[in-house]
Formats: sequence, structure tokens, C-alpha cells
Amino acid sequence: MMTLDRLARSFLLVEILSGMASTFREMFRPKATINYPYEKAPISPRFKGEHALRRYANGEERCIACKLCEAVCPAQAITIEAEPREDGSRRTTRYDIDMTKCIYCGLCEEACPVDAIVEGPNLEFATETREELMYDKDRLLANGDRWEPILAKRLELDAPYR
Amino acid sequence: MAKVTVDGIEVEIPNGASVLQACEAAGKEIPRFCYHERLSVAGNCRMCLVEVEKAPKPVASCAYPVMEGMKIFTDTAMVRNARRGVMEFLLINHPLDCPICDQGGECDLQDQAVAYGKDSSRFDEQKRSVKDKNIGPLIKTVMTRCIQCTRCIRFATEVAGVPELGATGRGETMEVGTYVEKALSSELSGNLIDICPVGALTSRPYAFVSRPWELQKTDSIDVLDATGTPIRIDTRGGEVLRILPRQDEAINEEWLADRGRFSFDGLKRRRLDRPWIRRNGKLVAATWPEAFSAIAANFKGRIGAVVGDTVDAEAIFALKSLMTALGSENLDCRQQGEAITGEHRAHHLFNTAIAGIEAADRLLIIGSNPRLEAPVINARIRKATLAGLKVAYVGPATDLTYAATQVGLDTDFLTGAERPMVILGRAALARPDGAALLAHAWALANPTPEWNGFNLLHSFGGQVAALELGFLPGPRGLNLAAMMGGGVDALWLLGADGFDPARIGQNTFVIYQGHHGDAAAARADIILPGAAYTEKDATWLNTEGRMQRGWAAVLPPGEAREDWKIIRAASAILGKPLPFDTIEALRGKHPLFAGIVPEAALEAPPPAPLSGEAFAAAPGNYWQVDPITRASETMAECARSAATPALAAE
Repeated sequence: MMTLDRLARSFLLVEILSGMASTFREMFRPKATINYPYEKAPISPRFKGEHALRRYANGEERCIACKLCEAVCPAQAITIEAEPREDGSRRTTRYDIDMTKCIYCGLCEEACPVDAIVEGPNLEFATETREELMYDKDRLLANGDRWEPILAKRLELDAPYR
Repeated sequence: MAKVTVDGIEVEIPNGASVLQACEAAGKEIPRFCYHERLSVAGNCRMCLVEVEKAPKPVASCAYPVMEGMKIFTDTAMVRNARRGVMEFLLINHPLDCPICDQGGECDLQDQAVAYGKDSSRFDEQKRSVKDKNIGPLIKTVMTRCIQCTRCIRFATEVAGVPELGATGRGETMEVGTYVEKALSSELSGNLIDICPVGALTSRPYAFVSRPWELQKTDSIDVLDATGTPIRIDTRGGEVLRILPRQDEAINEEWLADRGRFSFDGLKRRRLDRPWIRRNGKLVAATWPEAFSAIAANFKGRIGAVVGDTVDAEAIFALKSLMTALGSENLDCRQQGEAITGEHRAHHLFNTAIAGIEAADRLLIIGSNPRLEAPVINARIRKATLAGLKVAYVGPATDLTYAATQVGLDTDFLTGAERPMVILGRAALARPDGAALLAHAWALANPTPEWNGFNLLHSFGGQVAALELGFLPGPRGLNLAAMMGGGVDALWLLGADGFDPARIGQNTFVIYQGHHGDAAAARADIILPGAAYTEKDATWLNTEGRMQRGWAAVLPPGEAREDWKIIRAASAILGKPLPFDTIEALRGKHPLFAGIVPEAALEAPPPAPLSGEAFAAAPGNYWQVDPITRASETMAECARSAATPALAAE
């Protein structure tokens, strides 16, 4: 009986028809694909994209060269050098991230006691050369300046869950 | 001896020992901040609380003597609770600035807060803040972080012997400082950084430079004084970032003199990083082959060699082998013309050993200022004086940090002493009547086979090795003075910066092999760049003749090479290749490297008449004494601050 049933189904092309029906149904449903780059999918406030170094509202850079991000970085992508600034405060003289090494795990963000290094929503930072992915402090601070309103908003949205 | 039980483990401990020591003997870790083995007990941090059977309250174990049959518990609910409470109190006024604190990662408070503290604070009120003090160019203070353990005060008063630190105010308003702001006048001040359990006292030159987990640690020996302090060189990426002492009970206990700790920035400046050759009266940069062919062309005729004060034993031995192979006996290591013959080891060693100072009962210091020449040995003498050692000194009036009477050379200070001890400064032997002084000091010490109280205090870490390897003129050889003024045609200076190069004859061809472009390098016709003490695997002998080994922490800069390798290469060019190609093979050629040295025979030096001339004051500048320290900015800063202590603390 079972054999006869299977035989009938294969001769009547039931699987093919049900597959075609599914395809036909989808034609009338709204599309899941988007017209990237003119359209973009929504991004979670926790999305881990391109790094940025933030500043305080008064323009003072947040990073205090505690080197915790450097220590926690599992890919060892961060290099920091520090010395006392002229006013005696502790600041970095060098803050490099090798974006080719980075695995975008976000541990640097987690380790930072002053929310200085953050991973922003930007995922479109592909470059033509490898060298351009060696980020230095100026580049990271510029990122921070560019994205600051969004970065602050993201932190605010994520704050209740911390 | 008292028998006590710690958490069920029975230990025997001398009467009068503290409960904390008993716990340590039982292998139990007791958290502490104010307690330090080498300082007096203060008992004010309360972190070391333990439970003792039948005691109504937890007791501070560092200040509580053991009693027979005592039962101690270090891990009960009461103890844990007490520690948590103490930790909460300590953290009330301690700022939460670990991320910007240089102690972060090696902080006792940080570690113990994690191990014994609570996870959160209940303190909502205003925290205390304290104005930072300026106590000189070496130590950075952030006094808000101070937990008032008073270790620094006790160290300055008890070990360094400069009672300049103290506490003002009491309770929460207690502040540690110098009262009238001034730079600390101690040569051991760097140890305050090690001894401070928190980040209140940190190193100023090292400020914000690095984190402890980034550093590579290499064991080495400090050569900037003759103590031979074992050190740990911390490096990152081929750069020396700081130098810390290691512990050795026989040598330094756990202290390190400031010169050895802070002068390493001199290793990055004024370095010779490539060979130089003098052409038409001017030094021009050259390559190694050019330098070697110039040596082959000019290092002949009447040749001589002088080694400096901070050269390693391997290089000294290599140069001596080369000179012997070339048939020259014109060797010298006594750059000031010191009256040391090298004939008897006992005449140039610190025979009682550094630890032996504590066994002596009377000490006479002749023509030396150990406070400036070997601060760590001076701290040991001070420790012995607190235990009853009597000290007198011959020389200009000075403050040695302990009670010492000024006497003359005809003193009877040592008569009747059971274990008399004489420390003779190496500088004194450079006087015209140096040989007579040596004989006189020897006679005063009156060495016996049981107790040899004669000690020669050298000034640098390479001096004893040169004497032990016999880098001295042979029977027909010329000494340094005879080699000057044209006494030789060609002169090889191996790190020899200790004499005025203008004394060298106009027509003498000078090869300078060393690491810094100092005065002697300016006179040289060929400069061979060598390695400094942090850059080579080498053997060092301290003033006791103790053999110690150091390892290379970083590579020599540029074209510079390890000194013995340069000499080995030159020997091939000069047609007398030396019979070793590796440092192990080199060490195999002399028994000294295996620690085999002849017996120190007790033969009195031949007496000679004393001149009666007064002793010159020790060079007042402790900070700048050799090419490394002269190139160091930190040391220059210290010298400036020492010259004007009031201005420094502006």
C-alpha cells in the first residue's frame, strides 16, 4: 500500500507542484530583499561596526590610556602608547587599531571604563588598500566626531540592559 | 620556640614572633598593607585580622605575639567578615581611579579588594581629597590614593635614614608628606615606589608609560655601583622601560639605589650605534670592515689596553687574551692609578661580604662615603648600627645617615673589637700614598683566618672582574701612567672613560670601544660601538667578588655588538684568532667563569709611610658619575634638584 502511494505521488509530480505553489504564493507577498545601498536594513543599537573614539561634550577626549582594551583584545589588534600630557593628565600618544586583525567582538567596548572606544553602526568602511585599514588615533577620533549623536543614542538605548 | 596551630596545621615558631609570621610559616596567606618584613610594625591598616581561640575580637596578626599552644584561624566567617569590613573602610577614601593609576595591575589594594573585599560600596558621602606633594624628580605623588599605611614614613626613617617624611593631622585628615615641601635627600628613594602598596607613590619617569602585563622581564645586574644589586629589567618592544630590584638576602635584601633604578634613560641617548673612523682630524661614520682594516693597519708596534669600570668579565677576558696573543703586557684597569696590585685577592675584595656587616661590632670607614658610593651597602650598615654596630670614619665630615664619629688614621677605635671591620674606599687608593693606606687599613683590620675585616669598597660593577682576571700590567708591562703621553703607539680603550683622555700622547692611535660618546670617544681614532649592560649576556663581579650573571634585555642599537664579539672579530683581523666562537666557549677558557677562584690568602701588604694629607670629600654629585648617568635626563634632573632642593619643589 505504502509503495503504491509513493509511486502515485511521484508520477503525479506532487512535490514539484507544491514547490511551484509556494513560489507562486511568494510572488504576491511583500519583498524581503532591499535595494542596497539605496535602502538599508535596520541595525540594533548593539551592532558592532567600525570603531570610534569619543569625546566629552566639552571636546576633551575620553580615552585615558588605561590600556584595558589593549589587554582584553583577543586579536591583539590594539596598540596604545601613553605619556603625561602637558597639563599632567594621562592621555594616549598613539592609539592604533589594525582593522584587518579585529574580529569585531566588542570586548574593547566592554572593557572601556569611560566609554571612549566604541563600535559604531558603520559597516561601510571597505577600502581599496590594506594600509587604509590601519586606523590611528586621528582617524578614530574623527570617526567619533562624525558619529557622536548616533553613538550617544546607541549607548542610551542599550543602557537599561547593562 | 612556641608551638602554635594555624587552621589545624601545627608550626613551631620562635618566641616573640608575630601571629602573622606563624601563619606564613604554616603557608597561609594573610592580607596586609602596613606590615613589611623589613620595617617596624605599625599595625594601623587592620587588614591582617585573624581569629585566635579565646580572644573576644579578631586580632591584628602583625602586631600580636605568638604564645605557646595558641590556636589561630585564618579563614572563619568572623575573619572573612572582618576583612571585608576593613576593606570597605579602606576604600571609602580611596579614589576609583585605577584606570589612570600607574599601580594598576600590580596594586596590593586592587588585588586584595578583589580577593577579600565586597563587590560594592555603601558609601555615598563625599570622598576625601588630598593635595599632591612634590618630593623630588623621581617620585610622583597622588596623595588622595594614600591609605595611610605609613610604610613610606617608616622606610625613610628606618632604612634610608632620612627622617624627612611624616604624617600631619590625624584620622581622616592625616596626610603623609615632608611638611615643608622639599625633595627627598635619599639615594634609596626609588624604593618608596616599590614599598607603597597603592598608587600614592609612583615613578615619575615611568608615569603612564606602560602596564605591568605588557612588560618582558629580564634578570640582570646593576653595574652602576659595586654592590652588584640583582635587578629585573622590564622592557617592551626593545626599549627598557624600568628597572626594579630583585631580592637577594646576601646582597641587597630588596633595595636598589636610585642611580641603578632611574639612569636607564641614559641608555637611549648619546649612544654609539655605528663605527667611526677619524679622517683628516674628523670622525666620520664608517662600516665594520673599514674599522677593522683601520685597526689592522694601525694597532701594532708598542700597544696597550685599558678597560673601564662597567665592562663585563667576558669582554675583559677577551681583550686580555687578545693582548696576550699579540705579545703585549701593557694592560691596566686602574684608571685613577689606584694602588691595587691584584696579587692577593683579599687586598681588593669586600672580604666580610655585605651580609657580614651585620656580624661586625665595630666599623671604621676610611676615605669612602658609602652613602654615595654604595647606598644599598650603606643601608645595610645602618641596619647593623641599629643592632649595635659602632661606626667611625676617616675623612671629611659627612652625614652617613647613622651615628658615626669622625676620627683620624691613628685611631684606636678598633682596639678591643671582637669583629673589627674596615671599609676602605677605592678612591682613597688613588692618592699618592694609596699603597700606604692599604697597608695601614689592613693592619687596622688585622685579619685572621676566622674573621677577615678588611674590605675594599669599589665604585663600579666591572672593577673587580678586571682585577680578578688580572687585567694589570705584566712583569715588563706598562701601567696606565706609563702608557700616557706617548708611552705606547696604539691604545685600546674598552669602555675606559674614567681618566682624562688629554693625557694620551698626541701620536698615540686610540681605539675606543664602548657604548657612549663620552670624552674618551671624542679623542679616539676609531670608535667601535659596544653594548651597554642591559644589552648583553654577561658575568659581573661585585665588590665582594661574587660572580653574578645578567641576561640581555634588549638588543644593542644599530650596528653595535656585544663587546667580546667585537674583540673576537678584531683578533681574526689582527692574525691571532682567539680560540672561542661562542660565549660558552669563552667562559670555558677561564676558571673564574666556573666560579673557581684562588684562596684569598691573608698576606699583609708591605707597609709604607703615610703622607698625612687630608682626605678629599667624596664627589658630591651622586647622580652623574659615568657615561650612562651623564647621558641620562633623569639623573641631570636629580642633580639639579639636589643642588637646589627648595627650588626643585616649587
